[in-house]
Amino acid sequence: MADMKVAAYICQGCGLGERLDTADLAKVAQKEGKAAIVKEHPFLCNAEGVAMIRSDIDNEAVTHVMVAACSRRAKTEAFGFTDVALSRANLREGVIWVRPDDEESRETTQEMAADYVRMGCAEVKKMKLPAGNPETATNRRVLVVGGGVSGMTAAIEASKAGYQVVLVEKGAALGGWAAKLYKRSPSRSPYADPQDTGVDEMIAAINADSNITVYTNSITSKTEGAPGRFKIDVSQESGATVTEEVGSIIQATGFTLYDANNLPELGYGKSPNVMDQAGLEALAKAANGGPIKRPSDGGEVKSVVFVQCAGQRDETGKHLPYCSGSCCLTSVKQAMYFKDNNPDIDTVVVYTDLRMPGNGEDFYRSGQTKGVTFTKGKVSTVEATGNTCKVNFQDLILNEQTAIENADIVVLATGQVANSGVDVDAKLKADIAAAAGDETLLNAWNAAQAEGAVKPISVLNLTYRQGPDVPQLKYGFTDSHFICFPYETRRTGIYSAGPVRRPMDIVQATEDATGAAMKAIQAVENAAVGRAAHPRSGDLSYPIVRIEGCTQCKRCTVECPFGAIDEDEKRYPLFNESRCRRCGTCMGACPVRVISFENYSVDTVGSQIKAVDVPDEFSEKPRILILACENDAYPALDMAAMNKQVYSAWVRVIPVRCLGSVNTIWITDALNSGYDGVMMMGCKHGDDYQCHFVKGSELASYRMSKVGDTLQGMGLEPERVQTFEAAITDIERLPKLINEYADAISALPPSPFKGF
Amino acid sequence: MSIEKYTRSFLKEVEERVEEGHWVKMCMQCGVCAGSCPLGAHWEHTPQKIFMMIRAGKREEVLSSDSMWMCTSCYQCIVRCPRKLPITHIMHGLAYLAKREGLVPKNQPTAQFGQLFWDNLVKTGRVNELKLSLGMYFKDGFSQGIKNAMAMQSVGLGMMKAKRLNPMEIMGGHGIKDKSGFHAMLKKARELEDSRRKLA
Repeated sequence: MADMKVAAYICQGCGLGERLDTADLAKVAQKEGKAAIVKEHPFLCNAEGVAMIRSDIDNEAVTHVMVAACSRRAKTEAFGFTDVALSRANLREGVIWVRPDDEESRETTQEMAADYVRMGCAEVKKMKLPAGNPETATNRRVLVVGGGVSGMTAAIEASKAGYQVVLVEKGAALGGWAAKLYKRSPSRSPYADPQDTGVDEMIAAINADSNITVYTNSITSKTEGAPGRFKIDVSQESGATVTEEVGSIIQATGFTLYDANNLPELGYGKSPNVMDQAGLEALAKAANGGPIKRPSDGGEVKSVVFVQCAGQRDETGKHLPYCSGSCCLTSVKQAMYFKDNNPDIDTVVVYTDLRMPGNGEDFYRSGQTKGVTFTKGKVSTVEATGNTCKVNFQDLILNEQTAIENADIVVLATGQVANSGVDVDAKLKADIAAAAGDETLLNAWNAAQAEGAVKPISVLNLTYRQGPDVPQLKYGFTDSHFICFPYETRRTGIYSAGPVRRPMDIVQATEDATGAAMKAIQAVENAAVGRAAHPRSGDLSYPIVRIEGCTQCKRCTVECPFGAIDEDEKRYPLFNESRCRRCGTCMGACPVRVISFENYSVDTVGSQIKAVDVPDEFSEKPRILILACENDAYPALDMAAMNKQVYSAWVRVIPVRCLGSVNTIWITDALNSGYDGVMMMGCKHGDDYQCHFVKGSELASYRMSKVGDTLQGMGLEPERVQTFEAAITDIERLPKLINEYADAISALPPSPFKGF
Repeated sequence: MSIEKYTRSFLKEVEERVEEGHWVKMCMQCGVCAGSCPLGAHWEHTPQKIFMMIRAGKREEVLSSDSMWMCTSCYQCIVRCPRKLPITHIMHGLAYLAKREGLVPKNQPTAQFGQLFWDNLVKTGRVNELKLSLGMYFKDGFSQGIKNAMAMQSVGLGMMKAKRLNPMEIMGGHGIKDKSGFHAMLKKARELEDSRRKLA
């Protein structure tokens, strides 16, 4: 690239011209911002304004453009110049829309605008045009691990979209859980009767598809690489190992039924007439439409009891604490196996709450019409005597302890346990709980490490530094951003679908697998051109590390929420750029500040902080820096501006990729420059996090919890630096929060660092 | 009749012998009827409980409950039931079955009034209001009857003045022309209902 030439453009449209002295702003850009070209325009985003900028780039060798107009989130197409470094000074949503239009506010509003112009110029000079991740890899095949309904659906969908698929199944045949079913719950209107599973058709489709390579009796014994260049060892039962190269991975390893042997009080193991849902499916399959016989003696079945939530939604801590969301449907379906054969058989479903997802309500109604009896109650024990069982339960409507005598078959609806492999964060979670005073997890972890203990078997056997499987959130289900990115695990290019992600039925698993297939395709396409995957989809920047400055502290490798950073043989961080989501958490973590992105670095933000004109301590104009997450907090502020919510003129807002990317040097810089306070706004963290980068806001709040000591060392009040959780819907709350904070800061004496 | 708990035998009886009884199995136990009933607090069992008791096979308890006699037919439960059960009709159907099975609670006032009304009506084909009210007043004995009548004195006199109550009706009152035809009709209707509902 030729020498840097900065051009600044100041828009007068949308009321900017009337509210602000743009000639003065132009002077600021020229004198303080050192822009070579400075132009004002009455309507910058119209065709003529854009053409003016275009012409300067083409004819005047402009390499860096600063647009002072609206928010960087507005007019992205008009100002979408891809061949120059570009910064945006937010004069509309950031200044005039949040300030009252009166004479009194005129001076402070103008100061605000001037600062944003300074910041925009300072930022753009530190930016480079992102060149794209050089570590591109163009393998476009998709690996699907797990050959159940989810896995087969993902394989078929990816193949239909024109992508080659490798399908690895641990068992001897495809089909998974669904292949064990006699019938499935209905997926089509009128949702009244059990229907064929469709598994055979799916298997036939896969076998006939030349795009899909199937390995049965096989596991993924080693997974290394990154999106676009994964290398997988597929180990077969025969002992042979095949190495497959793929671009992305879908983990659809499904679930195992909760072990009913843990439920002896419900009669399991005491009589063959007590079984789990898989047990009944096996009986139904064997009967194949004929009458199902009593297992103990082959006798006629007259009464069947279905016990819902067996070992689920448990509050004692012994069993599964969650609802599996599909067992009610299954019990209704299984009751119909009996009713459809002989309506005189008594079938009683004992439930505490029936949960019928999707169109399950119609199926429930159909069950009632067929005469399945539904009883709201909680089963305490099942006594198996001879060929019949007595089911003791509390009737929750009649509020009495009661029993069903002479049940020929009792079916326990045990829940789904995710086949998610090794919990790579188990030790970390245990340590955190232990630090908070709860040793149970740590004891469990120690027991699991003990000699002879059954250790979980890894599914993917990743060679990543962070562990062999994708991280789990709660109850062993794989972690993903529940609302925005349900299929994205915390390992880029690896997607999870089906009951390994959360408990679900076949209908939902099919939808899940289709979504994950689409995501896997996006991942290989992004990897091929060196672009980021979600949520910064399309971002061409990538982390660049100045390795000679690295002190091997390992904070980046440990804190990266996505396992993108390994270690090389000399224990330096080894970046796998295509595994990176570009959140900048490593950049925020790095104590020696050697990690940066071409268009986002310690310098691009730091120079903005320093560019702000901080008035002296006698002016009674405090300065407050706001670092706002660009995913939720910044859009919320923009929307607050659209609603003309007024907030303090003392604040200067800088959007950050994620609060996790905030390097504490920015805080120090701001305070040293005489700012009176720093406010950070990030997403909610914890088990129900909303952080787009999963761990970023959590890490930030942890880091900032340590800032207090530093502040006291500097002789500053700790409340000057505060972190707030903000959601995208906090349109009214954030301006209030800012104003309260500004009032609190104004009440403090001015920062002693002003004027240094 | 002995019924095993939570089997369908009593539910089947209700489906066969009670008006709209086939709807009982469709109740999903949400409790909206129980919460909507303006008289809910005054009953032994809410409709929700009655339906659950039917499923639990509690024949004796259901049919001897006072609940279906307390229903004022306000239809609030029908309006609100998300499963569209004709709850009011089912309650009346259950009351009728209880009556036929001789399981109505003793001295249940609504049941007593119903019987008085029916007997009064069947006699002449017309309701004799004077006799009906006197019958109600004196159902608990002579002295209670006098007390009741005295308490209602002003209402009675007012109705008489407005010609809404004829004191001469005490002599027997008016009736319809073809009394025996009317009685034959009632008999036939009962025969039909009995065979249809297997009540005979």
